[in-house]
Amino acid sequence: MALFLGAEAMLFAGLISAFQIVKNGVTGGLWPPPGQPRLPVLETAINTSALMASGVVLFLAWKAFKADGAMAAKGKLLATIVLGGFFVLFQGWEWVQLLGQGLTIRSSQMGGFFYLMVGTHALHAVGALYGLIVAYRRLLEGNLTREVFATVALFWYFVVGVWPVLYWQVYL
Amino acid sequence: MAEHAAEHALDDHGGGHDDHHDVSFFHKYLWSTDHKMIAKQYMFTGMGMAVIGAFMAYVFRMQLAFPGSEVPGFGAVSPGTYNALVTNHGTIMIFWVAMPVLIAGFGNLLIPLMVGADDMVFPRLNRLSYQIFLVSAVVIIYSLFVQGGGFGGAWTAYPPLSAKAEYNLTPQGASLWVIAVGLEFVAFLMGGINFITTAMNSRAPGMKAFDVPIVIWFLVIASILFMASVGPLIAGAVMLLFDQNLGTGFFDPNQGGDPVLWQHLFWFFGHPEVYVVLLPAMGITADVMCVFARKKMFAQKIVIYTAIATGVLSFFVWAHHQFISGIDPRMANVFTVTTVLISIPIAEMCFVYIATLYGGSIRLTTPMLWALAFVAEFLIGGVTGIFLGASGTDIYFHDTYFVLAHFHYTFFPIAIIGTLAGITYWFPKMFGRMMDETLGKIHFWGTIIPFNMTFIPLFFLGAAGQHRRIYDYSNFPELAVPWMQNLRILATVSLIVMLVFQVVFLFNFIKSALSGPKASKNPWQATTLEWTTATAEPGHGNWPPDAMPNCYRGPYEYANPGREDDFWPQDEPPADTEEQA
Ligand code: HEM
Ligand SMILES: [Cu+2]
Repeated sequence: MALFLGAEAMLFAGLISAFQIVKNGVTGGLWPPPGQPRLPVLETAINTSALMASGVVLFLAWKAFKADGAMAAKGKLLATIVLGGFFVLFQGWEWVQLLGQGLTIRSSQMGGFFYLMVGTHALHAVGALYGLIVAYRRLLEGNLTREVFATVALFWYFVVGVWPVLYWQVYL
Repeated sequence: MAEHAAEHALDDHGGGHDDHHDVSFFHKYLWSTDHKMIAKQYMFTGMGMAVIGAFMAYVFRMQLAFPGSEVPGFGAVSPGTYNALVTNHGTIMIFWVAMPVLIAGFGNLLIPLMVGADDMVFPRLNRLSYQIFLVSAVVIIYSLFVQGGGFGGAWTAYPPLSAKAEYNLTPQGASLWVIAVGLEFVAFLMGGINFITTAMNSRAPGMKAFDVPIVIWFLVIASILFMASVGPLIAGAVMLLFDQNLGTGFFDPNQGGDPVLWQHLFWFFGHPEVYVVLLPAMGITADVMCVFARKKMFAQKIVIYTAIATGVLSFFVWAHHQFISGIDPRMANVFTVTTVLISIPIAEMCFVYIATLYGGSIRLTTPMLWALAFVAEFLIGGVTGIFLGASGTDIYFHDTYFVLAHFHYTFFPIAIIGTLAGITYWFPKMFGRMMDETLGKIHFWGTIIPFNMTFIPLFFLGAAGQHRRIYDYSNFPELAVPWMQNLRILATVSLIVMLVFQVVFLFNFIKSALSGPKASKNPWQATTLEWTTATAEPGHGNWPPDAMPNCYRGPYEYANPGREDDFWPQDEPPADTEEQA
């Protein structure tokens, strides 16, 4: 898993450097491009906090799991899933808003990179969320192993860890 | 399963968890999780693709030698077809021949056997990796037959040509090309995870880092390089697909995009990729040379450190492919320096190989001939590369046949010569039988001589200014002069001679696999663990579960003065000190 995430990290590094190259190469330094909506910095900051909180709660769940067994982690794992789900849904709602305001994948370089980068992250978030749900179901069935939990958690930490970098790069 | 396996421990498979004996053909050959079977699947697929890639080379070389004439077995070549053939020849040779055979094929075959493990750590992931790879191969071949024809924008797929159908005229071919390459990357990511974890975690008891044979070291370093470099290109591939199909303009200057950006993403992967395929070939060569020179690897540790350093450096040379793409000249200087720097470790490795041979008792078997040829031919590729790495000379040489000849002098030794050294050497391990030495040597000379006669003329053509990726030189009067056309014909005829000699190999390969003389357990008197299995061709599980090998020493204990035998297997327990005295 760690090896895989290393390759994944390079994927995001590639996206970010591509974005920087295009952004800094814009003639006249006009960024964001004229006529394009501004990205919702504040709303997304709230959403970012939700995601960060989910990371913290997951860490607590992991500690409880190790110390007091699976059932002790139940509530916290569920909370992680709820927070993560909130993040993904909020992000989807934000997309709908932006599309309504005329920011599409074709409308400008900003639109293209926005949907590309945030979309890539969203795909990872959905995948990792699915992993968390599987882990939760296993927990209820009483056969959640440490390895499975650790793998799923690592993937979620990756999703949580990449996001602030994207937020800083794309939104700010 | 464990008890069941123990029952069968002594059967002729000598295998471990061989718990399905009446397996169907399907399960044995197509759905197997045995690393050796997967290795064969990769190798056979790669060899099949090599035949396709070579056929393409035959067709476009015929067009260049005899422009406009009907090519026997193909028909007349139109300009669009020519471009599609060249593009897919390059793509197939690198991604569907060199990668699957060298990394996936030999990686799967050798890593578990040489570190003394019964299989890969994640066998099912391994099987999935091959299946995805197979799908990718089908997609790339299918892409040649869709409406508009195969993609013709070169294996480097530079935009805007590759990004917009109105330029490349192959809307479907171009997208299928990207999808095929992407699928192939996913397959090798899975393989890479397996290789690295297996070599790190499944080593035989007692096997320390420097007891691991060089070829395994190099395969693992290559896998790490691949995994670290491929991410940005996957990002680029997605962007290219979006540009092609969703109307984005990431690489289209008309829409504010940056075409040179693709070049960065491509070559950031593309240059390490050269070392991804080079390192396994060098590893195979090192092991084969030690066995047949009956000597320790010269400076074994230094070679390993050098390879690691080369791997790191290979991430900082990519822009030497872009000297004339309008990059900042100051940046060109930096990349010239790093490129010349990276030639130092590679040159050092060639010297180390020669030093390994020095004073050895050399046995000129077929695998040894291939290994020696690898070093000799690769040196030509390396030396000519220095002219291209220096930005000044590259401005002249860029995109000429000089470049083309240079990289064929690196890729052909890697993908063909190194592979053949490995196949002829480990053939007894794969099929339990020996190959015919006489046929092997006929094939060797029948390949090496025409290979040089094909590509040496291309250096001269390139130096005279002949550009790459040109369909017909008759349109360029100064390039259509008789001496140049004669060299083109010489290259094409030599290629045909070389291709004919491959029939000798295929015949030898198939006949030996089916009815060659049975191989003994350790036919080459080698020291490494793959030769310690109970039978020459072990079953699933490699060793009986109660007889997994231990490792007591390094992999190159040849001609040890204190011993009667001139080789000292890694798994042989140290003799009692008293007995020795
Ligand atoms: C079987 C012998 C081979 C011959 C005669 C041959 C010949 C050629 C020729 C003449 C071209 C350039 C055509 C043009 O630019 O118009 C070419 C391109 C290329 N070949 Fe080969 N080749 C052979 C084997 C290989 C192998 C083994 C590899 C790599 C493993 C390889 C990789 C490439 C690549 C990457 C290109 C560049 C394609 C492009 O321009 O996009 N070739 N080959
Ligand atoms: Cu390079």
